[in-house]
Amino acid sequence: MAEKPKEYWRWDEYNWRNPDIDWRKAKIITAGVDVGSVSSQAVIMADGELYAFANMRTGSDSPNSAINAMNWALEGTGMALSDINFTVGTGYGRVNVPFANKAVTEIACHARGANYMYGSTVRTVLDMGGQDCKAIRIDEKGKVVSFLMNDKCAAGTGRGMEVFANLLAVPIVEVGEMSLQVEEEPAPVSSTCVVFAKTEATGLLRDGWPKEKVLAAYCSAMAHRVISLLERNGVEKDFAITGGIGKNVGVVSRIEKELGLTALKPRYDTQIAGALGGALFAKALVEKGTKK
Amino acid sequence: MIANYGYKDGSGDFFVIIDTDKCMECPEKPCVAACPENVLEVMIDDYDDEVLAVREAFRKKVKYSCGPCKPAGKEVVRPCHKVCALGGIKHSW
Ligand code: SF4
Ligand code: SF4
Repeated sequence: MAEKPKEYWRWDEYNWRNPDIDWRKAKIITAGVDVGSVSSQAVIMADGELYAFANMRTGSDSPNSAINAMNWALEGTGMALSDINFTVGTGYGRVNVPFANKAVTEIACHARGANYMYGSTVRTVLDMGGQDCKAIRIDEKGKVVSFLMNDKCAAGTGRGMEVFANLLAVPIVEVGEMSLQVEEEPAPVSSTCVVFAKTEATGLLRDGWPKEKVLAAYCSAMAHRVISLLERNGVEKDFAITGGIGKNVGVVSRIEKELGLTALKPRYDTQIAGALGGALFAKALVEKGTKK
Repeated sequence: MIANYGYKDGSGDFFVIIDTDKCMECPEKPCVAACPENVLEVMIDDYDDEVLAVREAFRKKVKYSCGPCKPAGKEVVRPCHKVCALGGIKHSW
């Protein structure tokens, strides 16, 4: 039997629970479910504190992805879906979360999630998601002041990075570190489209470029591309990055260098920011007495 | 809030920039009716404010939908700008 090709793009799917919280003592249990084009997250909060979450790949349809993520977040907690007072759906599949009480845009959710994850000093949030990237300026409460979203092509996104990991046969979690192992920074790949960038990278490999150098050229192009979006929206300290690419040191360090700003270190997985913001919106809505 | 709807691609930056704080103070929202392509809509945002937005279906093609209102090289005022007394809408190109 033919061996299954290795999936270098595959990142770790997992769930997590805070052992220090007894959710049964909480007055308000809320949840946020972020169904993105590449990944889905469910976050459960007890009285506004992060209690549990799950982070997994989005399946073939949004409703099932939402259900699977939520079931995984609930796993081992003793909590049932009916124990959750209010759920907010977000992400591109936000209107297809069957058990959600309300849908909120991912821009507003990332803003609020980043405020929780990084603290009230954050003013600029860059969300580098699976298929889009968003530049968001926020106030001290995590409310959006301005935003810009680019979802027209996959360059500068998690999906683009997955394509490159597979092309170069480098596990996705190693891409960032590997891209930094170059003595001199190469020129960024010139294509902004991931399809053309892939063709360009194939040509560079054929010309004898080592993988490190090709990855450096791609990470650099990705950084350069998002900087122009950030600058159009305005950049103010403190700065933070959410989304899957926030874990890629090769892209993050190049963005920091070009911006002249150091990104805040995340307290949690950068991929849960949207769902976390959703759970916080849900709490605020419960407190306001708004249901459905 | 400043909302930038549109995109950046190999041919340039194409964003419709809306200052929703100004739109909140504008009860008639005449730009919606003035738009020949039906690009604009009034919606309730995540903070329960009634604001102006670019319809979802146009966000990846504003270069083309807004193109006829200001042909390249011509100094004309777009219809949505013309009716807006508060300066709530701008285009990046
Ligand atoms: S863009 Fe101008 S005319 Fe349109 S709603 Fe906003 S303030 Fe009113
Ligand atoms: S430029 Fe023309 S098509 Fe575009 S929003 Fe304004 S009026 Fe509508």
